[in-house]
Amino acid sequence: MSDTNEIFDLGRKTLQDVEQRLGLSRREYLQFCATLAVTMGLPKGADAAVAKAIETSKRPSVIWLHFQECTGCSESLLRAEHPTLEKLILDVISLDYHETLMAAAGHQAEAARKDAMAANKGKYVLVVEGAIPTKDNGNYCKIGGHKAIDLVKECAADAAAVIAIGSCASWGGMPSTGPNPTGASSVAEVLGKPVVTIPGCPPNPYNFLATVVHFLTFGKLPEVDKLGRPKFAYSRLIHENCERRAHFDAGRFAMEFGDAGHRQGYCLYKLGCKGPETYANCSTLGFGDAGENNWPVGCGHPCIGCTEKGVGFTKPIHQVAKLMNVTPPLQYPRIVEEQGKGATIASAAAVAALAAAAAGAAVMLTRNLGLSHAAEEAERAKEGGPTQDKAKV
Amino acid sequence: MDTRRKFLKGVLAGGAAVTTAAVAPSVSARETRARPAEALGLLYDATLCVGCKACVAACKQANENPAEYSTADQLWDTPLDTSGYTFNLIKMYRNGTMETKDAEVNGYAFMKTSCMHCGDPSCVSACPVSAMTKDPVTGVVGYNADKCIGCRYCVAACPFGIPKYQYDSPTGRIGKCELCRHRHKDGHYSACAEVCPTGATLFGRTEDLLAEAKRRIAMKPGELNRFPRGRLKSMQEKKAEAQGKVAETTPKWRAEPDQSYETPAGKYLQHVYGEKEYGGTQVLKLSGVGFQKVGMPDLPPDAAAAMSETIQHTLYGNLIMPFAVLGAMSYVAKRNVKPDEGSNDTEGS
Repeated sequence: MSDTNEIFDLGRKTLQDVEQRLGLSRREYLQFCATLAVTMGLPKGADAAVAKAIETSKRPSVIWLHFQECTGCSESLLRAEHPTLEKLILDVISLDYHETLMAAAGHQAEAARKDAMAANKGKYVLVVEGAIPTKDNGNYCKIGGHKAIDLVKECAADAAAVIAIGSCASWGGMPSTGPNPTGASSVAEVLGKPVVTIPGCPPNPYNFLATVVHFLTFGKLPEVDKLGRPKFAYSRLIHENCERRAHFDAGRFAMEFGDAGHRQGYCLYKLGCKGPETYANCSTLGFGDAGENNWPVGCGHPCIGCTEKGVGFTKPIHQVAKLMNVTPPLQYPRIVEEQGKGATIASAAAVAALAAAAAGAAVMLTRNLGLSHAAEEAERAKEGGPTQDKAKV
Repeated sequence: MDTRRKFLKGVLAGGAAVTTAAVAPSVSARETRARPAEALGLLYDATLCVGCKACVAACKQANENPAEYSTADQLWDTPLDTSGYTFNLIKMYRNGTMETKDAEVNGYAFMKTSCMHCGDPSCVSACPVSAMTKDPVTGVVGYNADKCIGCRYCVAACPFGIPKYQYDSPTGRIGKCELCRHRHKDGHYSACAEVCPTGATLFGRTEDLLAEAKRRIAMKPGELNRFPRGRLKSMQEKKAEAQGKVAETTPKWRAEPDQSYETPAGKYLQHVYGEKEYGGTQVLKLSGVGFQKVGMPDLPPDAAAAMSETIQHTLYGNLIMPFAVLGAMSYVAKRNVKPDEGSNDTEGS
């Protein structure tokens, strides 16, 4: 907590600035920082570092491109409550180009992008939402007369970091579902290098916010898995932390929508829940700041595996999932429980030696006991009085 | 005179035995009994099992058994083997790095341990008081605690080591799977199959299950196939269903939604365990790892009960053995008895 105090004392002025800038009370602001720190799984006290970073860093310029998508990712971000989106895009970051949210249109908008890119060369963050069509020279998606494939390459060239938001940008998502007529591809495939991906349809806004703030705080993007997903959010299966997991373990399943089991919140595995093969933190984070259990499974619909390539938009929604991580723990009973083996000669010899020593010691002890008793007796006899023993006899 | 007398007595005793043997209906060797036609059973498919142990938990609940602990914290029901209080257990086969499921080397596999419900059960044969019985219709090997005298012959007789005695109780019983027969009247089948998420444990008529098992081992590994879950419906039921009717079954099972699902087929050994072992069991097993490796004994196609009963019934049929032994013993005794007149005289005087 000393870090927080330090910020209160030394950074009072900056904090007030931030309060003014974000329009948040100090309390709300620190809560926001703590939420992000927790989402990223940062250690205690990191909220202070996050707060400091947001206060001191110049708001990073963010260019947000939209391609083959539904704007669901932006919509999801609009529902973030701490801070609300307008606070985020105007005060925490500087959202210089976003087709849905920017007031400018037409040539003005395109000029804003060019200006931001020139002014923040090598420092801006590029966020891509939506897949990029690659078939037929990428003719299937154009913005301001430019093909998506050219736009993403142009903007990525001078970006400090590239973040692919949503499943479409991350791995192709829904547009890439077979037969994939437009050759929809992910950002990483188009750029030919790995980028940070925040898959999900839509992704949880806090996973995106946390990634951006991680970049602000530490100057680098968070640790990612082999698919470019931040490990703080995508390292566990939904199944592992699911609130309905106990029902799975006890074999209590909803068999049909609306049946007794479904109404009682039983496990949705038999309805095709993809939680057992989908890596995401939906089960722990929830959506829309509406409290606990506000996510598809919490609402009674099986997970469709939207974050997972090869699961979401590929497998039928109600097809039974393949269970990952079924390797049994060591505590499982073996086919034949291993028993202790018979004593080896060495150990038997050692035990025998110990036993002999103990026996010897015991003999000596009893002998000494006898001696001391005899000595006592002799002492008493010397004193003259009949000993109690004799009296008893 | 004496020797002739002895000889004649010996002949008489021996002759009695021989005549009884001749008169007695010829005791031929008892054949291994087959499963009843409407036998019920389970099909356990190790390649589908994910080791979630829902069946273990459900079995405990259905049979009102207490939890058993093998860890210091005593938080979870963690039995290491079946016992008087654990009738069903998922055990683990592990080898090397445990990388691949159902691989013998550097792999792991699961195996269900519970009563096989033999067609010709040794426990029933061994039970001296008919506390262990085999239902003539369903073939369920049941246990009646009220008849049991606690001799535990069944424990020793079972080749799978299934009946277990409750040694900790002064009024101990035998604990074993009875295929949830107490739930049948409510239309519920075996709890383990009812809860199994992947259909690794399937309940049904053994005949249907055997056909299902044969269908599975014929599948190409990795090929997408449809697998039933819960209870396997009989051909009759399926036919009736196709016509929009509900077939009569005994017992009358509860209506359930179709739970079958598509999944890639596992890599099966071309062997349905329980099809022929011991003359056929009602619980059948499929595995990707050798059955002996996962704790299923290599058993001959003839039940031990058939052989032991043949021997016993031949020997004891019409009391041949007692007569023969009695005769032989009397002969030996008579021959060794010294004439007592002399000694009597001396003592009496």
